Amino acid sequence: MSELRPDLAIIADHVAPGSRVLDVGCGDGELMEVLQAQKRCDARGIEIDAANVSLAVARGLSVIQGDADADLVNYPDNSFDYAILSQTLQTARAPDKALSELMRIGRRAFVSFPNFAYWRVRLSLAWGGRMPVTPALPVSWYETQNIHQLTIDDFRAFVRERGIIVEQAWFLTGDRRCGEAAANLRAEHAVFLLRR
Amino acid sequence: MGVSGIAPRLPNPYSPHPMTEDSRFGLARTVTLAGPLELDGGAALSPVEIAYETYGVLNADRSNAILICHALTGDQHVASTHPITGKPGWWTRMVGAEKPIDPGRHFIICTNVLGSCLGSSGPATVNPATGAPFAMRFPVITIRDMVRAQAMLLDHLGVPALAAVVGGSMGGMQVLEWAATYPDRVRSAIAIAATARHSAQNIAFHEVGRQAIMADPKWRGGDYYADGDPPAAGLAVARMAAHITYLSEAGLTEKFGRRLQSRDAKSFGFDADFQVESYLRHQGISFVDRFDANSYLYITRAMDYYDIAEEYGGLLANAFRATRTRFCIVSFDTDWLYPTAESRAIVHALNAAGAPVSFVELSSPFGHDAFLLDMPELNRVVDGFLRAGERT
Repeated sequence: MSELRPDLAIIADHVAPGSRVLDVGCGDGELMEVLQAQKRCDARGIEIDAANVSLAVARGLSVIQGDADADLVNYPDNSFDYAILSQTLQTARAPDKALSELMRIGRRAFVSFPNFAYWRVRLSLAWGGRMPVTPALPVSWYETQNIHQLTIDDFRAFVRERGIIVEQAWFLTGDRRCGEAAANLRAEHAVFLLRR
Repeated sequence: MGVSGIAPRLPNPYSPHPMTEDSRFGLARTVTLAGPLELDGGAALSPVEIAYETYGVLNADRSNAILICHALTGDQHVASTHPITGKPGWWTRMVGAEKPIDPGRHFIICTNVLGSCLGSSGPATVNPATGAPFAMRFPVITIRDMVRAQAMLLDHLGVPALAAVVGGSMGGMQVLEWAATYPDRVRSAIAIAATARHSAQNIAFHEVGRQAIMADPKWRGGDYYADGDPPAAGLAVARMAAHITYLSEAGLTEKFGRRLQSRDAKSFGFDADFQVESYLRHQGISFVDRFDANSYLYITRAMDYYDIAEEYGGLLANAFRATRTRFCIVSFDTDWLYPTAESRAIVHALNAAGAPVSFVELSSPFGHDAFLLDMPELNRVVDGFLRAGERT
């Protein structure tokens, strides 16, 4: 699993073998492929980009073209053991709805996102006065798909208000894990495992 | 896979079938099955004639069979020369050596649908009871009746289950009907540019075509076979109207625009001044050489009656409850005959039923007919989906 993006590797490591998984925003299916091959999961995916969907289907994965905003409503309650939203929450038109659909469809959910309170981001904004462009947020403000930027503390408050339980959380700087202490300042990425 | 002595791999997949003396396999086959075939409309058909072709070799465990379902005016000549037009098969881009559906790996079956006119039972068939063609006395059939006839042929061929059933347009409608009617006989299903029900607009266009045929004085209530003078004008108009629905405005504009046909100025008459008129007239005229007007009536009727959910309380998901079939649904962004929304409705139903389903909307300027054209992306998707099914 070393080739996977670090946040995906964390998710792949912590999904129970043989479970049913929905990967929302699955890209070309790299996580799904690992889950299917190494964890014998029944993995399904949703992806907005047609070229990515074609790649994933050509890999033999069950992926449908769609997006978190429009298509999650069509899945029955509890139809998956895990619903995964990796690097997608901040691109949703309605992140709150997407998260509540995620928690309805999956018994558990993995959510990963870039942390907008990461110290380099703060520096860029506070001293540079410019919207940050970092490895985790590589695109200028006018072309970024990240329309709902959030921080780790924002996310903690967000799930707390909804009565969602954080089972576990992981924090990353670049490819390296970092501790929970001052994660909102030190972590570039976060991965949360949630349950109702 | 092929055990030597039973089904050896041949260097040329189009060579005569290794079950050499078995006349069931090969190109241009016809079989008369005793039936009866019980039809949705209440009638029964007996005997049932089915014209079909097979390509490749059925392997020893009979697990590599793929059924290809053709569209409204298609036929069994999926990858062989058409006997009337002399043109190559209608889906040689998808079916052939090194193609996603490959006679070197797959045992491929394509049947002329019930009601059609290339050798399967239809209105032009002679009714054994009267010695005259059925014409409009042929029973009205449904898409499911077509599928039932195909299942009878599979029994005859000794194919218990299909590795995949694949089709575009009306072929895709049969694919879905196969999965709903015979879930245990279909491991993978690929429905391209299809729908789970005919919409009001679909029915409306078909009705225009049918009325064009019936308004032709040569139609004569369908009894035109004896003197060889069919309602060609009516059928040509039906084809012209339908053909527009297979294209897209962008495609027509790109191909023809407002360009004039072999002239420098408008004629101020009613000749085919515009290239698009000339093209449509050609489509209409060449169609009547290869198709029977009554078959056109029966098959469009079958499509109009098609609504898989109808028998399942209006809930499409119920048609696929507990299915173990894998599905691949493909739509095209410029297809306004069976637009992407129809494919999405199928996908949502399959998700609700818990079925493994893949779906992609491919981009093409060519509208509904894109599935017949050169679409490398479509081939990649079909190939990957089929190979994944073969791995499991």
